[in-house]
Amino acid sequence: MAKLILSLDGQVIKEFTLSKERTTIGRKPHNDIQIDNLAVSGEHAMIMTILNDSFLEDLGSTNGTLVNGQPIKKHFLQNNDVIEIGKYKIKYASEAPSTLSQEDFEKTMVLRAPAAAAAPKVERNPTDTQTGVQPVVAAAPAAPAAPAAAPAPKEKLGDTTITAQVPPPAPAAAPAAAAPKPAAAPQPAAAAAAGQGMIQILSGPNAGKELPLSKPLTTLGKPGVQVAVIAKRPQGYFITHVEGANFPVVNGKSLDAQAHQLSDHDVIELAGVKMEFFLKA
Amino acid sequence: MSLSSALQMVKATHTGMVRSHNEDSITTDPEIGLAVLADGMGGYNAGEVASGIATALISSETREALIRNAPHHVDKTTGAPIATRLLRDIIAKANTSIYQSANSQPQYAGMGTTLVVTLLCDNQITIAHIGDSRCYRFRGGKLEQVTRDHSLLQEQIDSGLLTKEAARRSQNKNLVTRALGIEPQVEAEIHTHPVQSGDLFLLCSDGLNDMVEDGDIEMTLEALAANPQLAAEQLVQMANDNGGRDNVSVILIKVRKDFPADDGWMTKFLGWFK
Repeated sequence: MAKLILSLDGQVIKEFTLSKERTTIGRKPHNDIQIDNLAVSGEHAMIMTILNDSFLEDLGSTNGTLVNGQPIKKHFLQNNDVIEIGKYKIKYASEAPSTLSQEDFEKTMVLRAPAAAAAPKVERNPTDTQTGVQPVVAAAPAAPAAPAAAPAPKEKLGDTTITAQVPPPAPAAAPAAAAPKPAAAPQPAAAAAAGQGMIQILSGPNAGKELPLSKPLTTLGKPGVQVAVIAKRPQGYFITHVEGANFPVVNGKSLDAQAHQLSDHDVIELAGVKMEFFLKA
Repeated sequence: MSLSSALQMVKATHTGMVRSHNEDSITTDPEIGLAVLADGMGGYNAGEVASGIATALISSETREALIRNAPHHVDKTTGAPIATRLLRDIIAKANTSIYQSANSQPQYAGMGTTLVVTLLCDNQITIAHIGDSRCYRFRGGKLEQVTRDHSLLQEQIDSGLLTKEAARRSQNKNLVTRALGIEPQVEAEIHTHPVQSGDLFLLCSDGLNDMVEDGDIEMTLEALAANPQLAAEQLVQMANDNGGRDNVSVILIKVRKDFPADDGWMTKFLGWFK
């Protein structure tokens, strides 16, 4: 379960666990996190937690709410985000249970309203089918309560990795669902550290032209006649035949249907055109 | 009438780089215009069992049902093509079958599967889905998602809580709100769309769309449209190159030409008297 660490001038005041669906922050005593300071509005901000995701929303406070130095209206909290309210800082630390491997968490699971009883078992035996038990149906519609028109939170990528920390004290409502999935699909790592792959045309009307292989896939040849594709992969550059009766020829040897890894200064012949593959430092 | 001359169907599936086994199951039957993809879930090998039951049962039942029914005819009571009712009934059967095995055999308890099924006939495609397995259409150089996931994330996007970009970083990616075989009854979402010659339909498990961005999928289909088998393998490879954190499965259906239904003179003749 995620935690909030409230501090003032670098001194930690208190820690809070985000155990409820709604956690309110404000000056008045009925707030879950009360900050008794005049710069803080009576009802200043609210954090909505749905399973493992938490959303911060400013409730129209007088002096505003900042996250990592930026004023926000609504924000999808990421691990280590720092919320500023007046002079107070609140650090958001999302915790991932470390007892289970990432793999266990990423399995697709079903959510359904009833069956809360299944929850504790799920915790212990992650390989079992996990039938989540959060009343999603209730949780999701709660969302529009927040102004739907609020500008989408724009956050930078980068500090989004969720580090596994101490296992939580058995969360009640089984979101073993906690899938600490690293951020969005990473782009394929720049192929082969050796450098940027390039193609230089050696013959025909375009002789001398250079073509950088910057995209994950680059097609070469004449559609309908002969086409090959060069795929940029973490391991390097690979050429594969796509269509046509003839297969591409690399260094004088005709390829088969399999992908062929290119080496620096390989000469490719395709649809009657010669070209050279090379790596640019 | 066989549709295999009009429809080219290719498939590729891979365990991925992290999982120990492949719980996805896929099958294609170009003759009758059917493609089925299921992404199973459940402990040990129960996920495979659930997805396996789904694909096997749906393909055999559909084949049989098509002998007696013309899927493109309009169902008089609902106004939808017969295909809709056929798929609904067959999917309900698959649901019952998985649900019962799950309840009768302890090792399969709680197993289930997501599902996407397409049935093509008479220049139309009927798509049924449950959960977060998807169908995309690639037409005129543009990739469009045709199905809408039954997932927590999709609900959050719909309600305005998350943007599509923020959704990619959500920790709740893998929670589906509907699955086959988990409860005694399930409702498949079924729609019929017109098909054009040259269309390319992509069915995939979340192992693909979680690892490869739509833009890269689009580019791959564009570049490799001439060779669907290579395109399917390339997509799987890209998912694996990006980490391959889940099983990844892909079915591509290429519409080579129009495929109007041929009812034969007898049917047409009888149609006069209806």
